[in-house]
Amino acid sequence: MKSLPRLAKTTSQRIVRNPQQAFAAIFVMFLTFFSLAGFILIFAGSNTLLSYFESRPQVTAFFKDDTKVEQIDDLKSSLNETGKISKLKYISKEEALAIYKERNKNEPILLEFVTADILPASLEVSATDVKDLSSIAEILKNEQSVEEVVFQKDIVDTLIAWTSTIRTAGAGLVIFLLVTSFFITLIVIGLNISIHKEEIEIMRLVGATKWYIRTPFIFEGVFYGVTSAILATTAVWGALLWFSPVLQKIFAGIPLFPVPTKIFFLLLAGEMLIGILIGITGAYIATRRYLKV
Amino acid sequence: MISFHKVTKQYNGQPAIAEVSLEIPDSEFVFVVGPSGAGKSTILKLIIREELPSRGKVFVDEWDIANLSDQLIPHLRRKVGTVFQDFKLLPQRTVYENIAFPLEIVGLGDAEIDSNVREVLELINLAGKADHFPQQLSGGEAQKVAIARAMILRPEILLADEPTGNLDPQSAWEIMQLLAKLNDLGTTVIMATHNMDISSSLPHRKIHLMEGRLVKDTKDKKGKKEEN
Repeated sequence: MKSLPRLAKTTSQRIVRNPQQAFAAIFVMFLTFFSLAGFILIFAGSNTLLSYFESRPQVTAFFKDDTKVEQIDDLKSSLNETGKISKLKYISKEEALAIYKERNKNEPILLEFVTADILPASLEVSATDVKDLSSIAEILKNEQSVEEVVFQKDIVDTLIAWTSTIRTAGAGLVIFLLVTSFFITLIVIGLNISIHKEEIEIMRLVGATKWYIRTPFIFEGVFYGVTSAILATTAVWGALLWFSPVLQKIFAGIPLFPVPTKIFFLLLAGEMLIGILIGITGAYIATRRYLKV
Repeated sequence: MISFHKVTKQYNGQPAIAEVSLEIPDSEFVFVVGPSGAGKSTILKLIIREELPSRGKVFVDEWDIANLSDQLIPHLRRKVGTVFQDFKLLPQRTVYENIAFPLEIVGLGDAEIDSNVREVLELINLAGKADHFPQQLSGGEAQKVAIARAMILRPEILLADEPTGNLDPQSAWEIMQLLAKLNDLGTTVIMATHNMDISSSLPHRKIHLMEGRLVKDTKDKKGKKEEN
């Protein structure tokens, strides 16, 4: 086995002398890890999004502007009488304005012309059993004072359908890219082996062991994996920070931001591990396939 | 001791050597002679297990070449140094680095490598060209570097496959002197050559091959004379 500095020198010489191949390998692996990190962040985000909506009141009824307090009280009583209600919360126009102001406190323009009058009062209803939600929503829809009923289950169902599609497509794409990366590593190292055919032949003749010949190629594979993992994770994290202000506006009120820095390091560690595994496996198979030691 | 017992090596059904039996004791200098295609290189390739015999047995000391484990092959090749007609030097490495190469492989430290390489460079009179690349050397110098690389691990046996084939007479003579010097130091030297001028000018044993068959072995002749 070679000493580490000698091994690093041999590996770096091979990479520097064939920069196009190294670039191709790193670029394809970069795309893989970029997509992987992107999809992992989308998975994590969609889970937070789902939990947020699942924890929200399950049905919300928005009242017409001319609704009297008595009408709302009557509605609350009739809902309570069904025995299906776990929680009822009335949000007055003033409370709605306070919530709106809190959510948009950094956007003075949005607050300028908004008054309590233009915001509807609402009733947030949670059911003891999810199965009863449809009948509760039906009661609210039939109430004359109610302008609109937002059924949280519809939102959650739509989100689940979307995230499931994204997850399936994402997993498919990532698997495809992982397999591509593996084969690109194999081809690049195979090419490098053929370039160093003479050197390898001489190594064999002067008594080099299989592992002495193999190790620099495996180091080369690991270098491609680790470099592309670092580049991809940093790029995804940079993009996330860049788009954070826009995303924060879109998902206002949902606890998605700021994304903890810990996640960046976990992503980096995970991707480096996958990079090392692809590098080692690709290089090992290439050396087994192309090195007649 | 190297021994061949009724060794046949075939390529696509055609024998490169057939039914060859011979023994080469330690510290001997032997020429393997014959025209191109006689099987000289095959004999050398079998000794370093670049090829396996189709039939028969090849032994290098106690090692049966055909049954040598993968782990032992590198050890065999450190025990047997090899020199080629086309030198097989690494073009992107300097003279120093080419000679140091086998020492790196066995895992010697930089200081030890340096002292060994400097010593060998002095021996072959190329200390001044340590930083030259192979393409900057003459044929004779390149072959000296190849011999130095083959000898740096102090192998017991040195195989030389047409080492003077690409050289002018003066360089060829220098190479022969170097090989003789190594033999004097106790190394077994087996040199394949089709150059009868060189082999006949030296008194060493000659194994003659023709179309893959051993047709004459001067040791046998000498032996018979001694018996008489």
